[in-house]
Amino acid sequence: MTSLVIGLGVLLVLVILYMIFRIGNLVNVMSGPEKPGGTANKANATLLLLFMAGSLAAFFWYSFKHMDSFTLPVASEHGKVTDQLFWITMVIVVAAFSVIFAVMFWFTYKYQYKEGRKAVFLTDNHMLELTWTGIPAIVMAILIFKGLNSWTEITGPATKDAEVIELMGQQFFWTARYPGKDNELGKYDFRLIDASNEFGMNLQDDPNTYDDFKSATLVLPKGKEVLLKIRARDVLHSVFLPHFRVKMDAVPGMPTQFKFVPTKSTEDMRTETGNPNFNYEMACTEVCGKGHFSMKFPVLVLEQDAYDKWKAEQETWLKQNPDYRKFVPEKYRELADIKSGIIAAVTTSNQ
Amino acid sequence: MATTTIQPQTTVHHDDGHEHEHHEGNFWTTYVFSQDHKTIAKQFLITGMAWALIGGLFSVIFRLQLGFPEATLEWLRPVLGGWITPEGKLDPEFYLSLVTMHGTIMVFFVLTAGLSGTFSNFLIPLQVGARDMASGFMNMLSYWFFFLSSAVMFVSLFLSTGPASGGWTVYPPLSALPQAIQGSGLGMTLWLVSMALFIVSTLLGGINYITTVINMRTNGMSFTKMPLTIWAFFFTAIIGLLSFPVLFSAALLLIFDRSFGTSFFLSDIYIAGEALSNVGGSPILFQHLFWFLGHPEVYIVLLPALGITSEIIATNSRKPIFGYKAMVGSMMFIAILSFIVWAHHMFVTGMNPFLGSIFTILTLIIAVPSAVKIFNYVTTLWGGNIRFTPAMLFSLGLVSFFLTGGITGLFLGNSAVDIQLHDTYFVVAHFHLVMGSASFFGMIAGVYHWFPKMFGRMMDDRLGYIHFWMTFVGVYLVFFPMHYIGIAGFPRRYYSWTNFETFSGWTDLNMLVSIAAILTLSAQFIFMFNFIYSIFRGKLAPANPWNSTTLEWTTPRFPQHGNWPGEIPTVYRWPYDYSKPGAKEDFIPQTVPYSETPESNLKHENDLIKLEMGSGSGVVTGNGH
Repeated sequence: MTSLVIGLGVLLVLVILYMIFRIGNLVNVMSGPEKPGGTANKANATLLLLFMAGSLAAFFWYSFKHMDSFTLPVASEHGKVTDQLFWITMVIVVAAFSVIFAVMFWFTYKYQYKEGRKAVFLTDNHMLELTWTGIPAIVMAILIFKGLNSWTEITGPATKDAEVIELMGQQFFWTARYPGKDNELGKYDFRLIDASNEFGMNLQDDPNTYDDFKSATLVLPKGKEVLLKIRARDVLHSVFLPHFRVKMDAVPGMPTQFKFVPTKSTEDMRTETGNPNFNYEMACTEVCGKGHFSMKFPVLVLEQDAYDKWKAEQETWLKQNPDYRKFVPEKYRELADIKSGIIAAVTTSNQ
Repeated sequence: MATTTIQPQTTVHHDDGHEHEHHEGNFWTTYVFSQDHKTIAKQFLITGMAWALIGGLFSVIFRLQLGFPEATLEWLRPVLGGWITPEGKLDPEFYLSLVTMHGTIMVFFVLTAGLSGTFSNFLIPLQVGARDMASGFMNMLSYWFFFLSSAVMFVSLFLSTGPASGGWTVYPPLSALPQAIQGSGLGMTLWLVSMALFIVSTLLGGINYITTVINMRTNGMSFTKMPLTIWAFFFTAIIGLLSFPVLFSAALLLIFDRSFGTSFFLSDIYIAGEALSNVGGSPILFQHLFWFLGHPEVYIVLLPALGITSEIIATNSRKPIFGYKAMVGSMMFIAILSFIVWAHHMFVTGMNPFLGSIFTILTLIIAVPSAVKIFNYVTTLWGGNIRFTPAMLFSLGLVSFFLTGGITGLFLGNSAVDIQLHDTYFVVAHFHLVMGSASFFGMIAGVYHWFPKMFGRMMDDRLGYIHFWMTFVGVYLVFFPMHYIGIAGFPRRYYSWTNFETFSGWTDLNMLVSIAAILTLSAQFIFMFNFIYSIFRGKLAPANPWNSTTLEWTTPRFPQHGNWPGEIPTVYRWPYDYSKPGAKEDFIPQTVPYSETPESNLKHENDLIKLEMGSGSGVVTGNGH
């Protein structure tokens, strides 16, 4: 019933609009054809000018008023560099945009049709054209130079003592694997993946796997270089750490990586933002299916000593999954027991 | 040059079933399987408009979800059925289908087929002075392949597993594995079939456009006398011809991966509880192949719009386009560069960072010719005598969007800055303005401008103004706020952001965007009404309503098959003699020889008069009427 009423209402409005249009048409026919410089032309020229002024004003007002809410605080070393480049580009872009935008709509207003005036017959002007080819080219060159410098640095090789952490994306969550005390991530093979061995760790061949541990939070040390080794096991995903200005796709079959230095612990950030509940987050930015929007991974940045302490407390994956001890070949069995902490007492007494 | 003799409608003689119909084509050959470029153009236009409506409606549905995440969409159940969850929400997987289909439809069916298909077909023969396309039959096939492709895509919308849903870029493995998402089942198969047909259509059209421009120009129509529209269509067709086959190969390899167990793009995958046997493939390879088309595609949709705009702005400013040679040069430069910038879509895909550096350089170089185009448009306006027809307003809108959206490319093209912005709403804002809205405005401007030649009647101006203002302001309100949302890091293709604290704000802006999207879409119904009403009831158009110089306006009000009733006119001058000092009127058509305008000739033009004497007679034979 209500939809019928709504339908009738809409129909009525449409009929009325049509009537107005018809009447307008008739009036138009009676008053004769409008000349090119008529009221409509003036109105449009004025509206374009007002639109220009209004939208520029709104743009500047909104941008300055809400600057804090659309700029994310930065918490990595390279992030400061790319942010600076972002803002340099912003100044150039906004200046160029405002000038061209204003000039264009000033011209449309100033040179609106006037009876009897003749337009200027101007076909080209080489000086002018060379200038506005040259200036953008120079500005571009500067931006490229600055950009490539930081790009090369960001994507360059990580230092030897960087903290290596593996991130794996799958539909629809992330997991992290830490290399344990030996600081070497064990090898993996996707064919070995099963419900428990979600990383497909190769216990058979690589002793480095024995002390690896899994974490449901990405815990990072403050002030130390972190090298993320990124992989995906089903479809494409993408690691996005907005506060650290980190983004890198996770590709099945092709491990990727990203190195960076976190500069602010979660606590620092809570103080800085004045939000006691602040938490870093990691998101997925490559469409990966139904749950793409829910692939949140909590991130915690700790001071170095707290980080070391946390790391030491973690139970190895093998210890959590003792069933998998059977995959460890005989020759490595003891090593595995020690490295994984299954016989923790022995290791401590040995030290 | 053009000595083609066309025998209109005589093809029916060869058609066994229709021998009783002699010179008049019947309904089928005139309106359906027509080989006349003007009819084919209208077929492309109307199909494109239908798709634009569907694509636009899809965007409004997903904008409802994004702008009003709390609202119930129960009222859409009669249309969407099971895609509305029992809680009255949009199904997250269907959300992705909508996003995917919106992109596919808009990029390929509306802005490629609808724009190039319409205006290349309509304007190339009319503006270069040809009776029809080089091959009317191939031209007809081009439309019907497009129709077939449309039909397949349309059918895929109604599958129980939904249409393709891996994004319009259909990156594997998501698009290759039905286990990963429902839409990668039959929906994706139909998507690939549809795209294969679409590519065939584009190639058939493109070959025709290129051939016609090269071979069928009328007497005197040298390349340097061609209107910028023709230059734009010409470059567009060349880009399409070189890049679409690469998409075809990508699609073909994806079909192999999906159906025949190959591993071009798949490797090391464990999904739905099993490890797949594929090894050695690379998802990155697909991205390279896709973007090798995908980036030129941006210019395939943009260049025709820029060409159309150049023409309209010159005509309505009553001024020659500023820097004709620079305009052609920058289009050529853009066309070439468009092939070597594709990997700027892939800075953070794990591609070798060195490649990233190379593509940053090449990408920022392409900004130079783009900037030149904007400066030339603005200078064309300077000192003009501007008439704000709806076509002119939409052209100005295009320049405005091209500027607003293009300039943010400086952020995204710079790999170091792109790290943060990649796949956020900043990108969505950028390409929707510079490619989507700008091209769309070019298309609409073209419709308003050439409607009198297409249908012999005028569209209503006042409705055109309302349409323009609602759409112009609407588009800015939809896409400008997305820059802020993007800088704040909001990822695209998200069904909802509430899972994240970082992305918890901006509900107000998202709501504004959604409301603006609804208003913008509703304004298009005004246009639809104006369009359909004017076809039947619009004021009869004069032969040259805009006092324009180009050849199409020398045809009669309703140009018949073959375009000109008598000889094809000869061209003597470039297409931009507007407001020439000394001339009686503020425009001199291309068909007026310099010998008739001694009062306005420039020095070097007087020298050309001698050359005119030799040409213009006897070369162009009459048509078959």
